[in-house]
Amino acid sequence: MRIYLDYNATSPPAPEVVATVNRVLGSEFGNASSVHAFGQRAKAVLDDARAQVAGLIDADPSEVVLTSGGTEADNLALRGAADALERSGRRKIVTTGIEHEAVLNTVKALERHGWTVRTLSVPETGVLAPEAFAAAVDRDTAIVSVMHANNEVGTIQPIAQLAAIAREHGALFHTDAVQSVGKIPVSVKQLGVDALSLSGHKFGGPKGTGALWIRRGVRLVSTMTGGRQERNRRAGTENVPLLAGLGVAAQLAAAHLDATATRVSVLRDRLEGKILATVSGTAVNGDLNARVPNTTNISFDGLEAESLLIALDLEGVAVSTGSACSSGSLEPSHVLRAMGLPSARARNSLRFSLGPGTTEEEVDFVAGVLPGLVTKLRRLSRTAAALG
Amino acid sequence: MRVVVAMSGGVDSSVAASLLTQAGHEVIGLSMQLYDQRQSPDAFGSCCSLDDLHDARRVAATLGIPHYIVNFEERFQRHVVRNFVSEYAAGRTPIPCVHCNADLKFATLVERAEALDAAAVGTGHYARVVFDETAGRYRLLRSVDAEKDQTYFLFSLTQAQLARAMFPVGHLRKDEVRAHARDRRLAVADKPDSHEICFVPDGDAGGFVERNVDIETALPEAELVDTSGRVLGSHRGVHRLTVGQRKGLGLAGGVPLYVLSLDAAEARVVVGPREELERRELMASDVNWISGEPPVEPHRITARIRHRHLDAPATVTALSGERVRVVFDHPQVAITPGQAVVFYQGEDVVGGGWIE
Repeated sequence: MRIYLDYNATSPPAPEVVATVNRVLGSEFGNASSVHAFGQRAKAVLDDARAQVAGLIDADPSEVVLTSGGTEADNLALRGAADALERSGRRKIVTTGIEHEAVLNTVKALERHGWTVRTLSVPETGVLAPEAFAAAVDRDTAIVSVMHANNEVGTIQPIAQLAAIAREHGALFHTDAVQSVGKIPVSVKQLGVDALSLSGHKFGGPKGTGALWIRRGVRLVSTMTGGRQERNRRAGTENVPLLAGLGVAAQLAAAHLDATATRVSVLRDRLEGKILATVSGTAVNGDLNARVPNTTNISFDGLEAESLLIALDLEGVAVSTGSACSSGSLEPSHVLRAMGLPSARARNSLRFSLGPGTTEEEVDFVAGVLPGLVTKLRRLSRTAAALG
Repeated sequence: MRVVVAMSGGVDSSVAASLLTQAGHEVIGLSMQLYDQRQSPDAFGSCCSLDDLHDARRVAATLGIPHYIVNFEERFQRHVVRNFVSEYAAGRTPIPCVHCNADLKFATLVERAEALDAAAVGTGHYARVVFDETAGRYRLLRSVDAEKDQTYFLFSLTQAQLARAMFPVGHLRKDEVRAHARDRRLAVADKPDSHEICFVPDGDAGGFVERNVDIETALPEAELVDTSGRVLGSHRGVHRLTVGQRKGLGLAGGVPLYVLSLDAAEARVVVGPREELERRELMASDVNWISGEPPVEPHRITARIRHRHLDAPATVTALSGERVRVVFDHPQVAITPGQAVVFYQGEDVVGGGWIE
């Protein structure tokens, strides 16, 4: 038996998504920019997808730029806005230490190009305090980027409040909503942001798809130069089949959002409750209430999460120690560190992220094998510590 | 049987994993990440770089076995890098691969294996381990391919570690190892062997020591003196020299002079002609005996004083405190403090220690 509890890394595509990608790949090979009938059909498929994505985030389709994923959307938002605001006189970018690397490394790159970057730490709750944010944003702030939901602990930032503060100072507000879209209701209108990134494969869409929503009137310079696709905001022939799949995934997510969220949160709470009750020395990282319904990040005193992850995988259970993108890095989770947790705790924390496909049996199986594995690993790590 | 295999991404450990899979074992591949790979991609040599981790993963996928990358950075720093730096600073010439293989790879892998309910640890070392029924002990033997033998790096293994060790390529010649890799279509079949110290890929150990030494440790300029104590010149520091070295001393003319000994405390380097490099005797400490027990009487063995050195006949006498005296039948050139001395009897590794 294989149990997948790593939906924040990626999620399996729904059969309807697979069928759509296959169908469009086979039948709609036209270039969406072409004048003829083939092109027009491809364009129609693309615009349907755009409308479906817009529907999921309560936006106007004309404001949606389809991209190759969340990372590209983040890059387009930040680099594109920085380029457009180059001569605005404002020199500052404000972000947080718990952002995904797609944002963190992009603002670092902008810093090397002369921008001043202010990276805010967050309290142990994993939720940015609006007061701290307000103190950092000023008339010199050109761009703000704060994620909606965090990928590792699942905490939800008070985006509407933060965006209102940024607006008072005339700063552009971008939010990376890769981990919230498809899990909780997301409305660009209610959030009051200027730009929002999303990624298809986090909610049952194909990898290599995503979107950047940009409020009408916000200036953005395309980071990819070439043709005039996506209203001149993203050059390159559109990946029509995969984007059609993204559209279907967005539609399915929108249709089932509330029911899925309720069901998944019950399972998440069940798993979390059982682990906390049966395994001593455990604690949940981040705020228990302000978080997406599918995620729990738990620390296990006295062991290396890395070993527990491997032991679980050998039992057929897939979980994660943090962002799947940080392979090559030996640093403990930058998110938990930015939340002020000691590195020992950052090293012993495991992320369980559930999804629409998760069942009660699976959750109970995981809760059942964990105590034994933890006891054994703790015994071994004590022996190892004694030996040096 | 479940076996954990240390996969470096090189051909030897890849073939080790393949052979153990073929033998019907349930193999789990582990690769050790020893450094934070994000810092600078060119800072890493041919062993354990990010590319090597990818190679290991590709091989594991070809073999259809699970593969994990485990973080050994802290232990690598503690057991290997720090020791390397402090040994050079102290005027010795360390051999980090022994610490890496024994203290890090074996000790940690045995521990990881236990956590994963694996009964054994396999590696791509050229060595053999056999169980001696009569003595009730494990023996560590040289590899079949004498050219590739790596037992010099494994002298400190204990009976408990040997009991769990599997060295499947130790029974093969290198060309057979590569042939097997090609047969199994392993992507690393023709990958070149690694030679240099993995964390000093440019070979500049002195520079590495200077960049990584503790602030408290001084690396003073050293004076070069002859055996009578006459000062002949000066040098950037003992950490940049090794016993037997001739080049880079900055001494001109006359008889070629070699480094005879290094005294870090006095910042003094004694140089002299080649014949003075010869010694018949050495003392070694932290000695490990493969059998688990030191020999009670002076013991006839052959001893190897560096990795690529033919072992020479000698007599070893165990002293108290895990020390030994080794007396060679014939004088040896450049016995170097900090290197290992390993004792053999025929195919058997008897034990070894660190040259004082």
